Amino acid sequence: MIKDVLSPSMKLADLIDINYRLIGILPRFGIPLGFGDSTVESICGIHNINAHTFLLICNIYTYDNYVPTREHMEKADMRGIMRYLHNSHSYYLDYEMVTLGESIDKVTASCDDRQKDIIKRFFAEYKEEVISHFEYEEQTLFPYIESMLSGKRRKNYSIGRFEKNHSNIDEKLNDLKNIVMKYLPAGKCDAILCSYLLIHIYSLEQDLDRHTSIENNVLVPMAALYEEHEKGK
Amino acid sequence: MKNMKRENKKSLLLITPSRIIAKGIESLVSDYSGEFYISGILSDLSRANASMLKNTGTDIIIIDPVIFDFHDRENGRSIVGELSEATVIALENSSMGEECRKQYDDTFNIYDHPSAIIRKLRNVTRSVHESPAADSHELSAREKEILVCVAKGMLNKEIANLYKISVYTVISHRKNISRKTGIKTVAGLTVYAMLNNLVDSNTFE
Repeated sequence: MIKDVLSPSMKLADLIDINYRLIGILPRFGIPLGFGDSTVESICGIHNINAHTFLLICNIYTYDNYVPTREHMEKADMRGIMRYLHNSHSYYLDYEMVTLGESIDKVTASCDDRQKDIIKRFFAEYKEEVISHFEYEEQTLFPYIESMLSGKRRKNYSIGRFEKNHSNIDEKLNDLKNIVMKYLPAGKCDAILCSYLLIHIYSLEQDLDRHTSIENNVLVPMAALYEEHEKGK
Repeated sequence: MKNMKRENKKSLLLITPSRIIAKGIESLVSDYSGEFYISGILSDLSRANASMLKNTGTDIIIIDPVIFDFHDRENGRSIVGELSEATVIALENSSMGEECRKQYDDTFNIYDHPSAIIRKLRNVTRSVHESPAADSHELSAREKEILVCVAKGMLNKEIANLYKISVYTVISHRKNISRKTGIKTVAGLTVYAMLNNLVDSNTFE
């Protein structure tokens, strides 16, 4: 098990220096840059964020296969995690999908029309899949947990059902990666645009992988613990 | 069938419906060499045997291509490849074409001299150590045909009927196509097929 390298008392700037990919999650927590030499704890305090929730998510983005302990989970708050996931969904849809679509258009600009069309259509299908995947979480999972937390009566649903139905959206993105890397018409597309697009896909793939890990390894077990605890009452 | 390594001996798994051939190879291996031992004999690749093969490690498989029906014969190597990482040597027979022979890591004839057979066994295990990924990354002609069907939206059952092969074989081809191309979804395979001019866009109008 990894020791808690990332701690509330360290400077946020040092934390980012350990793993620069954490820059991407700051806006989703509503933390702007320009935080000076403040510690994680104080920045979280200013922005009304549970520091344990913040660090838990930083750990998932920093260490491969990080699985939080029960103690970690008990210190974090589910609403904070849901808020983070919700903001991530908006980020993926409003920013990632848009820029990814644009760079695909640029890269394929010099291809034949039929090649352009087929790739465009493929990306559109992927985007639809992502949208409906997020929609399910936003409209079914989050409201379920929210009403559980506020002690309201709930429809016939359980966290176990979510676990069973949680679909994979990584296959099409992986296919897109291989298509861009290996099968675009050689010599027709701008090499630099292509490599940017490929790096973009790789980083999105990794980001989404960690996003899924937060859902499956943090939110789901936390909600399951809560369900159990409720039943015991 | 034991999955136990006997000192440094290499394990051989035989797949042939002929008891005579199986017994013959078994005695040849024990008479002529201390390097190999027979870890099992299967008479066909029935579902049960296939899953046994999948869960058992062996170094070399010696397969008699007569266990495949006519349509599967040219894909025998990839069918076995789905089940095992082992080196695959085929028994030659008179109806075996060059294409069919080439897919295997090596072949020998039951009329070959025992020492020649043992030499072949030694050579294939050696070359495997030199190149761990011995199998091809190019799609075979049959895999291309099946890819086109998939791209057109055909179901496994429809593809099986068209080429008179089993659904199981279609699935095994599809797995190989995905392994070789790195593309898993139907939508992705359609893009692949079009970019490689295996289908034209009129198919989708």
